[in-house]
Amino acid sequence: MSHTVIASGESRSFPEAHPLLAAGGESGDILVLIGAGAGAAFAALKDPAPYRAILIELGTECLGVHTGESRGDEGGTVLGFARFRLGNAAPSDLVEIVRQPRTPDAVVAAARALFEAHGLKTAVCGDFPGRIVDRLVRPYYNAALGRLDAKLATAADMDLTLKLGLGYPEGPIELLERTGLAAHCDVTQALYDALGDAAYAPARRAQVAKARAGEK
Amino acid sequence: MTEKHPVGVAGSGTMGTGIAIVAARGGFPTLVFDLDEGRVAAALAAMRAFFGKSVQRGKLTQDQVDEIMGRVTGTSRIEDLAVCGLVIEAIYEELEAKGKLFAALDAVCPAHTLFASNTSTLSITEIAARSGRDDRFVGMHFCLPAQLMKLVEMSPGLNTSQESFEAAWALCEAMGQRPVKTQDAPGFILNYFLVPFNNDAIRLVEEGVAAPEEIDKAIKGALGYAMGPMELLDLVGLDTQVLLCEALHGVTNAPRAACPPLLRRMVAARRLGRKTKRGFLNYETTAIFGA
Ligand SMILES: NC(=O)c1ccc[n+]([C@@H]2O[C@H](COP(=O)([O-])OP(=O)(O)OC[C@H]3O[C@@H](n4cnc5c(N)ncnc54)[C@H](O)[C@@H]3O)[C@@H](O)[C@H]2O)c1
Repeated sequence: MSHTVIASGESRSFPEAHPLLAAGGESGDILVLIGAGAGAAFAALKDPAPYRAILIELGTECLGVHTGESRGDEGGTVLGFARFRLGNAAPSDLVEIVRQPRTPDAVVAAARALFEAHGLKTAVCGDFPGRIVDRLVRPYYNAALGRLDAKLATAADMDLTLKLGLGYPEGPIELLERTGLAAHCDVTQALYDALGDAAYAPARRAQVAKARAGEK
Repeated sequence: MTEKHPVGVAGSGTMGTGIAIVAARGGFPTLVFDLDEGRVAAALAAMRAFFGKSVQRGKLTQDQVDEIMGRVTGTSRIEDLAVCGLVIEAIYEELEAKGKLFAALDAVCPAHTLFASNTSTLSITEIAARSGRDDRFVGMHFCLPAQLMKLVEMSPGLNTSQESFEAAWALCEAMGQRPVKTQDAPGFILNYFLVPFNNDAIRLVEEGVAAPEEIDKAIKGALGYAMGPMELLDLVGLDTQVLLCEALHGVTNAPRAACPPLLRRMVAARRLGRKTKRGFLNYETTAIFGA
């Protein structure tokens, strides 16, 4: 198994050197398109046929935006992916791999094998806004910010409770402070627009942080 | 050091047994009370077994265990709780039952006895209102397993006096626990966040976003959690999650607390989690050839 990496613009998944990038060659059979321009690079691709898998780095958009969709029968050699990352903190080792209804299992397996061979962990999901992690943690972070406003407990006690009670490595308030409340606002706004579910509407404290970030 | 007033534990099931271990280990004379004599005996046996393991692991000596267990008395007579400075209730999660128990305790205990409830989802103020001493009543929510988890969420009811709350807080610390203060609000902190989070994970399965094992891998890989939501649900029991949803959604009407239809179907199909060997994940051994 060999792979080729094409970088177009800044990559949230690979902001720095990484073994997976370093191992890329000239004519690999898996094409990895990274960077903010990954979708455009895919659109400009002359001939996708030689590749047994093409992996497009996603932002908050669905994979279908790049591949097109039809009657729930979409899916081929093209997958989406993103390393989970909170704000400007370093990306986690978790790569979410996005498949479509008819994506062959062998294509998913090839993508998994590529990422895992370079020290990353993988989780496979369907083509939905927020994929798995953002979809699950953002309402929880919003609820924590909301409960802080409602004075359920102090920020320190809330963080401590979730660490001691559930074994989380970090409490929600300290995590958001470390990784950026304004970034949380951006992600939740995109999810709220896509899903229309009030649980994703940016919490007041995130909106405030975003407004202040805009002023600077 | 001033003499420690006895701690009473009312209801010696899973939580009551753990709380009794905490109180006795903390140096308090401990009364283990349950209506069911069999449950009292079972609790004392479980406590001995727990401390027996502590000896095996070298955490305690046999002499220390004898001393600790020497402080413990079991009883099925509520009158025996009259000597207590603090009674912690851990009976069934029913407002009526808890209210009746506290009313009976109020008739038995002297005025200085503090009352505490280990309820997960009921309102401290509502239980306190039935206790005849709502100024001397606090929420003390231990975590499962109480004997290993230091955290206790402590909440004052609307009429709890500052003095009572501080006294109960000091007792909690004296037992070696780490109290945190929360409002008397549904689910306090832990369940308020955890129950909807787990429901959201179930909804991802329901909507075909990802398979249960992929959800666990994603959450653990991205956030360093020791357990994914699906594993945790299977451990807690899916029937328990239904009860938690009903209790929380019943008082908050919060959409995320509502029981996902898939969860009810799983319970109907007896896929309750680890205890039935099948939940969101499968725990049946697949080794057919005796490997
Ligand atoms: N299990 C958990 O994870 C957990 C965690 C935190 C808090 N809680 C709360 O702790 C309480 C107890 O839960 P559990 O899981 O230990 O229950 P359990 O069913 O294991 O034990 C309840 C015990 O109470 C006894 N009992 C019932 N009515 C009584 C009465 N009037 N007087 C004396 N004893 C009586 C029963 O005989 C039984 O032994 C509940 O309020 C629950 O919400 C449970």
